[in-house]
Amino acid sequence: MNSYLILEDGTVYQGTSIGAVKEVISEIVFNTSMTGYLEVMTDPSYVGQAVVMTYPLIGNYGICFDDMESRGLWLDAFIVRELSEIPSNWRSENTIQNLLKQYAIPGICGIDTRALTKHLRDAGTMNGMLTNKLYEGAEFKKALDRIKEYKVTNAVNIATEKNVELFPASDEIENANKRKVALLDLGAKRNIIRSLQNRGLDVIVYPADAKAEDIIKENPDGIMLSNGPGDPKENVEIIKEIKKLYDTDIPIFAICLGHQLMALATGADTYKLKFGHRGGNHPVKDVETGRVYITSQNHGYAVDMNTVDPSIAVEAYKNVNDNTNEGLRYLNKNIVTVQFHPEASPGPKDSEYLFDKFIEMMEVKHA
Amino acid sequence: MLNKDIKKVLVIGSGPIVIGQAAEFDYAGTQACKALREEGVEVVLLNSNPATIMTDKDIADHVYIEPLTIEVAENIIKKEKPDSILPTLGGQAGLNMAMALEESGFLTEHNVKLIGTTAETIKRAEDRLLFKETMDKINEPVAASKVVHNVEDGLKVANEIGYPIVLRPAYTLGGAGGGIAENEDDCKTILENGLRLSRVHEVLVERCIAGWKEIEYEVMRDGAGNVITVCSMENMDPVGVHTGDSVVVAPTQTLSDKEYQMLRTSALNIIDELGIMGGCNVQYALDPESFEYCVIEVNPRVSRSSALASKATGYPIARVAAKIALGYNLDEIKNEITGKTYACFEPMLDYCVVKMPRLPFDKFVTADHHLSTQMKATGEVMAISNCFEGALMKAIRSLEQHVNGLMSYDYSAVDDKGLRELISDTDDRRIWTIAEAMRRGMSAYEIHQLTKIDEWFIKKISNLLEMEKRLGNERLDENLIKEAKHMEFPDRVIATLQGITEEEVYNLRKRLNIVAHFRMVDTCAAEFEAETPYFYSDYGVENEEFDLNTGKKKVLILGSGPIRIGQGIEFDFCSVHSTWAFKKEGYETIIINNNPETVSTDFDTADKLYFEPLTTEDVRNIVDIEKPDGAVVQFGGQTAIKLSQFLTGMGVKILGTNPEDVDAAEDRERFDEILNETGIERPKGETVFTAEEAIKAANELGYPVLVRPSYVLGGQGMQIAISDSDVVEYINQINQIEQKHPILVDKYIKGTELEIDAICDGKDILIPGIMEHIERTGIHSGDSISVYPAKSISENAKKTLLDYTAKLAKALHVIGMINIQFIADNDDIYIIEVNPRSSRTVPYISKVTGIPIVELATRVICGHTIRELGYEVGLQKDSGYYAIKMPVFSFEKIRGADISLGPEMKSTGECLGISTDFNEALHKAFLGAGVKLPKYYNMVITVKDEDKEDIIPIARRFEALGYNIFSTRGTYNVLKEAGVSCTRTRKVEQESPNILDLVLGHELDIVIDTPRDGAENSRDGFIIRRNAVETGVNVITAIDTAEALVTSLENRKKIASLVDIAALSR
Repeated sequence: MNSYLILEDGTVYQGTSIGAVKEVISEIVFNTSMTGYLEVMTDPSYVGQAVVMTYPLIGNYGICFDDMESRGLWLDAFIVRELSEIPSNWRSENTIQNLLKQYAIPGICGIDTRALTKHLRDAGTMNGMLTNKLYEGAEFKKALDRIKEYKVTNAVNIATEKNVELFPASDEIENANKRKVALLDLGAKRNIIRSLQNRGLDVIVYPADAKAEDIIKENPDGIMLSNGPGDPKENVEIIKEIKKLYDTDIPIFAICLGHQLMALATGADTYKLKFGHRGGNHPVKDVETGRVYITSQNHGYAVDMNTVDPSIAVEAYKNVNDNTNEGLRYLNKNIVTVQFHPEASPGPKDSEYLFDKFIEMMEVKHA
Repeated sequence: MLNKDIKKVLVIGSGPIVIGQAAEFDYAGTQACKALREEGVEVVLLNSNPATIMTDKDIADHVYIEPLTIEVAENIIKKEKPDSILPTLGGQAGLNMAMALEESGFLTEHNVKLIGTTAETIKRAEDRLLFKETMDKINEPVAASKVVHNVEDGLKVANEIGYPIVLRPAYTLGGAGGGIAENEDDCKTILENGLRLSRVHEVLVERCIAGWKEIEYEVMRDGAGNVITVCSMENMDPVGVHTGDSVVVAPTQTLSDKEYQMLRTSALNIIDELGIMGGCNVQYALDPESFEYCVIEVNPRVSRSSALASKATGYPIARVAAKIALGYNLDEIKNEITGKTYACFEPMLDYCVVKMPRLPFDKFVTADHHLSTQMKATGEVMAISNCFEGALMKAIRSLEQHVNGLMSYDYSAVDDKGLRELISDTDDRRIWTIAEAMRRGMSAYEIHQLTKIDEWFIKKISNLLEMEKRLGNERLDENLIKEAKHMEFPDRVIATLQGITEEEVYNLRKRLNIVAHFRMVDTCAAEFEAETPYFYSDYGVENEEFDLNTGKKKVLILGSGPIRIGQGIEFDFCSVHSTWAFKKEGYETIIINNNPETVSTDFDTADKLYFEPLTTEDVRNIVDIEKPDGAVVQFGGQTAIKLSQFLTGMGVKILGTNPEDVDAAEDRERFDEILNETGIERPKGETVFTAEEAIKAANELGYPVLVRPSYVLGGQGMQIAISDSDVVEYINQINQIEQKHPILVDKYIKGTELEIDAICDGKDILIPGIMEHIERTGIHSGDSISVYPAKSISENAKKTLLDYTAKLAKALHVIGMINIQFIADNDDIYIIEVNPRSSRTVPYISKVTGIPIVELATRVICGHTIRELGYEVGLQKDSGYYAIKMPVFSFEKIRGADISLGPEMKSTGECLGISTDFNEALHKAFLGAGVKLPKYYNMVITVKDEDKEDIIPIARRFEALGYNIFSTRGTYNVLKEAGVSCTRTRKVEQESPNILDLVLGHELDIVIDTPRDGAENSRDGFIIRRNAVETGVNVITAIDTAEALVTSLENRKKIASLVDIAALSR
């Protein structure tokens, strides 16, 4: 069945429909990872977005359910050049095609994903509609208006889990100090939780609308702010709560959206990047040591370093390619926040050590 | 930051091209030298291979084309006083030499540092035991193994490791006596046998990982400890086939992110622990059914894989490694492809890359085609496409082996059982065999069971077969063509399957606008704008926007494809120099080539690079879009020449000699006309099509005769026949491939072979020098020892040569290069062959005469005259040096190949000996080729009757050097009678101990065995020659080579001089 991707500037790509047959309007973003498509599809940070994979052969190793980064699929649509119909891997249990259908997510294959990527790179991220209907004339115009109107809203609310839940430390790791971490779930990837559990920490996951008081009351050894979707500034209430967490002396580690919200909570501003960073090859420099780490990234917004009050926080990490901010260290606080994803999945684990640093932060506090 | 203490660096190259060590090191070395000089560092270069670009004075400040021996390196260090050595660019040869210099204390004594990776690091990566210790330390698994000396221990170790188990006896021929044991009984049997066969009664018991996925990572690390992965690669053939002989795909296809990251993290941990500074290759075996893996090997240097990774991603590994060696960190080095980002990132591909090996079995038809852990490929091709099917199809036709798809071989004589056996036994045609099996209904799963190839690949092959079927059955409508072209089915194959002509397919798809579009390799999957125009074709997409009209004149330079015997790195040298010269002339240069190992496919060699097969259709795609003002074919070997008529047909002007005239040199009748007109003689001959005609011609000419196909390079299919039955056998061999042109039968004349490369501007000619072959006619020029300047010909003969050269160049209206081979029978000069193009000897003659031949030829092609360019016409004065080009062979790697020399070329590479003294030059040349004698002072001489007279003085000279000579009856009698002391030994077919035991006794230096001409006779002595080569004995099969060798050994103590080639300009 034919499928069309219509961009808000009127560009149309024709391809073949995959997954659910359904019309959606979404923000179109591209991801350059060559592996890890299931992790991408199940990353809650993609709420409100349709993802283009730049690598042309997607689905080669099938679907290994263990690799899911959350309980479901969050993206609005999946856009690929060639969908593999012959998955091959010892762990594979299913195919992308089935999964998309099961979660009622539409997709398109057979389009020139490189041309689309270049277009998004040059013109900037834009909205688009995935449809099986061929719009023409006035109808097409009307559709374009609808596409332009689209805005990602209420994303964190969609992505977060609704209940408080305890994830105990992994059995095989001895949790000698019985440390526990409160994780504010703004759309968290599972591997954040796993990374903490595997380091011997109990993790209590709080929904995004949790009150700071409730978290503090639990007396956690550390607080983790997770990744998540959407425009950071939209989360006015959450930002207020985060400010309250900032005011305590509990060590805080934040990733991606969490990093942005902490910046906003302490008076800095964020802005939308032209086409964002999504992939597993972004070089990030530790400003203090000069070491560069290859990181996994997925963000459309960034903290504007010019708006960070130097008496509150200093730049801890920056992007080697475009010098954008990649992390902050808060002064006189036990708080470190990063824009990239040390939990990887998908992508390189080179910055995984930050979870160990987080534990050190907790030890310092106890010492 | 740049380390300012590094001012002068010695770079060691990898020496002659042999199987396992090819052009990739010239590519890496050249790129690195350029990167060093960019920083103001003075470069001293040592490499014995004169055909390389790295040994140009444009690339290094001081160039020594000398044997790669410790002594030579020490002398260079004493003379040039470099402060550093960059050891990681010259393959294993360069690395070993640097290590030897370091370990002896010589470097410390002379204040020379190893830069980039340190000696300590190299040791920990290369030394078996240290490597294992290092891996254990960081918990990286290696395949468990242990050396045992008796069955009992062997069984114990096997039980510890667990079955199946691999048993490898030490020091047996080609791993004889080894095998895989599934259980204790097997193990016992193989152990007993292996221990008996092993000379040192030693067997390695190793965990069996055959059948696991073979995965490679190219990784880099800088001095600050930053680490990145440049590229991951997956071998289609599982562990058990050398990666150099495997079909390799990049990036990995069947690994999930978990598996990919697991191995990536491991690779980075390893280079971190080893302290690598630069590039490194890590190879893994990954269990296809679990997360278990083993580290197979770590190469702490640039390699064939790093060249492939560089071309597959656009990331210049050697360049970045050189900058790291100078002290820069990855985030301080610009990514030259994007011009914006830094070298500290990981390339992302938005296409699929397939590499295929170029195996030499077209040359060694009777050799063992089985592929194993011993690499056999001489070269490789790479192809880029949006899908695996397309990349595979492009790679197949890039091989230039008369194959353009999966239907190319005939299996009608093989039954299903035979086919199953063929599949289980990996050989050079495995994917074609798999395709045939699937056509006969074998399932992907079954093939996977037999081959352990991941089903993903097998099903991709099945997609191609499905398309084959559809093209055979369905009407060729728009959709079908689109899908077929997406999978890169060439028009010719579509035409065959549809029963129409290739032109009809082309016209149809032109009308439907189904044409190839071009995409950029940009290292970043389009995330950033790229500046370097490096392209591949794709169907069903938009053209990348790029500048098609710079206002400059455009020239298309056709490369020479994969390195193979007969067409090696020399032609890449010529293509690259021609490109540079065209640039100087103000042209926009466009290279088409498919060989990832070469300098010509480096991102900054030409203004534009199209990484594409060199077939008519693929070249037409580029011509259609670029509309070049001209194309140059005379520098790309036969690959390029073959395309000239096609290019002319498309309206592309061939720059330089007219294709009509090129053809006149190949077309026997037209060439004879020219010879008649010019009064030049050649050995009498006839053109024939059938065996009957050939026999008739042979009998009229009188035996011996030379039989060969026309339009070939490297004497392919050329044989000396002494009887009617030989003629029949050879004609049948030639006719196995459909011949468009007649076969040539010539009278064979024995004399001195001479060779000339000349430049002609239409009026004047420039001859840099005359070369003389040490071996008399009958041995291919590429396999002969070539001496510049010719020293044994008379002034009269020389005059005739020059006269003939001038006449031929004029008669063929040569503009640019011409190569002519002559026979001198005293003062009588005959012509053997004329090639109005660049030849194998051009790089070496350029270097030893200081005349930039290719540049001059290119400028002449652009319209300049020789005089205008400031050169004297005619034969140039001798340079004052003897320069001897020595062929180098890779026989020990190709089991079953006959090593005796003849009219068909067999060498894979060459090295140079240069000196003001002939004898010293000769000795250097032998040394460069790895002949380091004497060792045991034992030799075998067994020669054909015609050589018996000539061998006596040679044998006497060997005797004087202290050699013990062993001979079989005939030779023994002759030598004995002449008073040469000699021990008689039994022939191989006689009872033991015989000559074979002597060979296998491992204490022989030399075997001189000259087989008689003719098919039947060359089989004599085959076993001796094979066994000798495989045990590392130097085998000489021509009497003239034997004489040269003894001369060389007599002069072995005189080596003293060093010649800086860079100072030889005039």
